[in-house]
Amino acid sequence: MQLVVLIKQTFDTEEKIELVNGTASEQNVKFIINPYDEYALEEALRLREAHGGTVTVVSCGPDRTVEALRTALAMGADEAVLLSADGLQGDDGYAVGAALAKVVEQLKPDLLLAGLFAVDRGAGSVALQIAERLGLPQAAAALKVEVKDAGAGGGADGKSLSPSGASWAGGGVKQVAVVERDTEWGAQTVEVPLPALITAQQGLNEPRYPSLPGIMKAKKKPLKQISASELGLAADDLAPRTERVALQGPPVRAAGRKLAGTPQEQAAQLADLLQREAKLF
Amino acid sequence: MSDTNTGKQTALVYAECAEGSLRRVALEALGAARLLVGDGGSVHAVVVGGGASAAAALQTAAAELAARGAEVVHVVDDPALAGFAPEAYAAAIGAAVAAVQPSIIVLGHTAAGRELAPRVAAAVSGGHIADVTAVDVAAGGGAAAIFTRPLYAGKAFEQRRFLPGAPQVITVRPNNLPVAEPVAPGSEGTVAALAYSAPPLWTIVRDVVRKASGRIDLAEADIIVSGGRGVRSADGFAPLEELAAVVGGAVGASRGACDAGYCDYSLQIGQTGKTVTPKLYIACGISGAIQHLAGMSQSRVIVAINKDPEAPIFGVADYGIVGDLFEVVPLLTEQFRALLGNPGS
Ligand SMILES: Cc1cc2nc3c(=O)[nH]c(=O)nc-3n(C[C@H](O)[C@H](O)[C@H](O)COP(=O)(O)OP(=O)(O)OC[C@H]3O[C@@H](n4cnc5c(N)ncnc54)[C@H](O)[C@@H]3O)c2cc1C
Repeated sequence: MQLVVLIKQTFDTEEKIELVNGTASEQNVKFIINPYDEYALEEALRLREAHGGTVTVVSCGPDRTVEALRTALAMGADEAVLLSADGLQGDDGYAVGAALAKVVEQLKPDLLLAGLFAVDRGAGSVALQIAERLGLPQAAAALKVEVKDAGAGGGADGKSLSPSGASWAGGGVKQVAVVERDTEWGAQTVEVPLPALITAQQGLNEPRYPSLPGIMKAKKKPLKQISASELGLAADDLAPRTERVALQGPPVRAAGRKLAGTPQEQAAQLADLLQREAKLF
Repeated sequence: MSDTNTGKQTALVYAECAEGSLRRVALEALGAARLLVGDGGSVHAVVVGGGASAAAALQTAAAELAARGAEVVHVVDDPALAGFAPEAYAAAIGAAVAAVQPSIIVLGHTAAGRELAPRVAAAVSGGHIADVTAVDVAAGGGAAAIFTRPLYAGKAFEQRRFLPGAPQVITVRPNNLPVAEPVAPGSEGTVAALAYSAPPLWTIVRDVVRKASGRIDLAEADIIVSGGRGVRSADGFAPLEELAAVVGGAVGASRGACDAGYCDYSLQIGQTGKTVTPKLYIACGISGAIQHLAGMSQSRVIVAINKDPEAPIFGVADYGIVGDLFEVVPLLTEQFRALLGNPGS
C-alpha cells in the first residue's frame, strides 16, 4: 500500500502564546508534531506492518519543519517531503491545500491520512480541501481503521459502492477502508473505497516513540524539499483567500473567590451566588 | 457571484438538522448571515435530509428558517441523504450554491459542518474561515467584514477577513452568536424543493455503534459539569451526571480522566479535545493544566471544586470550593434540586 500522511509542526501544547509585534513569538518555543497527526502516522505505520508498502510523510511549513519530518522518519516513515511555505500564505488553507494537493497527487496514495485538526489553527480544513480537489472519499475522526478487499458490489459485504474519484484509482473498487468514527451523534462505522482520506481522532491508537536505531536510520532516509513554484500551479491557485487583520491574547481572567464554611454552607453559598450574582438560574 | 464589496450581498446558510429538528446553531448561522448581508441583502437557506420520516421534519425546519429571515429555504429531500454521506451532503449544498450564487456560505462549526465546509470552499475556489466566534460588520459586509476566531484552542484570538473577490465560506462556533430573530408576520420567506441528483456514493454508513442520543452536545451545552482524574473511576462520574441532569447540563472531562479510562475521549475538553464556551463550567477534580484551560477558559462563569487549594484551576475560577468533590457535588445537586424544583423561591 502507498500510504501518505500529512503532518504539521505545531507549538508544544505546554506553550503559552507570547505576542510580540502582533505575532506569536517563536523564541524558546518547543515544537512538536501536531498530536492528531501523530495518531495518523502511527495508523499508517500499523497499516504498512499489516499490508506492506511505504509510508511517506508530507508537510508544508518553514525550514524548522525538517525536525518534525525527521521525527516522523525516526518513528518509521520511509520518506518525507517538505513543501516550503515560502511564498505561500501558510495561515490560509486555500493556497496550502492547492499546493499540497499537487504533491499528494504525484504520490498516488492508496490511503491519505491526516490529523482531525491541527492544535494551533484548529480549522481542520486543509486535508478535506485536498480530498475535494483530488476526488477522494473521506472518513473523518477515525477511532478504528481496517483495510479490506472489496466485495462484489464494491462494498466489503456486498453493498454497492462507487469507485473513488482519484485520477489514479484505476477502474472499480479494489479495496475499502472500514472506519469506526467519532461523531456528535455517536460512534459510527462507515465504509469508503480507496483511494480515500482518513482523519485521525484521539483514541485511534497510542503513537510509538522513535527508537534509538530509528533515529539513526532516519538520518539517511530521503527527505525531499520542494517549493510551490515547482508544482506547475496557476497563480490563482496559490493566491490566498483570507488574511489576518489582528491577533490578541485571550481576555485575562482574574481569579475569583474561594467560598468559606462547611461543605454544606459552601454548596448553599455557591447555588445562591450562581443564581443572584451570576444570574444563571 | 454577487459583488463582494459593495452592492447586494447574497448569503446561503446550510441549516443543519439533528434527529429531525433544526439545531440551534443553524439559527445562529442564519443570524450571522443576516448580519453579513445587511438590510439590502438576501439570505437563502438549504435544509438537507432523506429517508422515511424526513419530509415532514424538513418542512418544519424550513418554515422556522423562513419565519426568521431566510428569503427562500431550499429543501433537498433524497434517499441518498438518509445517512451522513459527506459527498452526498456536499453535493446538496453544491446544488443550492448553483441555484443561489451566494457570495458567502455559512455553516455551523459542528462535526458535520467541519466536514462539509472545506469541501464546499475548495469546490467554489473560496476561502474558509473556521470556528468563528464573533462577526463585526462595523466597516461593512463582504470583504470588509471581520471574523474573530480562536487559535491554540483559545490561548490567543485572531481577526481575519476575506480578500476581495474571493467566495466566502465560514463556519460559526455553536453558542457564540445570537440566533436570528423572527421577522414581522407577513414578511416570512418561501420554501421550495430543490432539484438534486445524488453523486456517485462513496460512503456506506454501516451502523451506529454507540448512540449518544438524548445527551446534550458539549459544544452546544449551556452548562457543563466536568470531571478529572479526581473522580477516580468510571463510577466516580455518577454524582457529576446527577448534577448535570438536575441543572440540564452536559458532562465533560479532562484528558486525565479520559487517559485513565474513566470516560470516552469524546468527552475530552481542551486543546486536543473540544473547546467549549458554556454559560457555566463546573470543574470537579481537575487540576487545570494549560491544555485544559485552553479549551474552557472562555466559559462565562467557571466553578472549581478541588481538594488542593493550590490547583491552577482556581486561577481562572470565579467561584472556588476547596473540598472533596464526592462530598460537595451531591450537596450542590441537592441545592439545585431545591432551587429549580421550586421556581417561585
Ligand atoms: C500533547 C498533550 C495534549 C493534551 N491535551 C489536553 C487536553 O486537551 N485536555 C486536557 O484536559 N488535558 C490535556 N493534556 C493533559 C494535561 O497536561 C493534564 O495532564 C491533564 O489535563 C490532567 O488532568 P486532570 O486535571 O484530570 O488530572 P490531575 O492533573 O491529576 O488533577 C487531578 C486533580 O484532582 C484533584 N482531586 C483529586 N481527588 C479529589 C477529590 N476527591 N475531590 C476534589 N479534587 C480532587 C487533585 O487535587 C488534582 O488537582 C494534554 C497533554 C499533552 C502532553
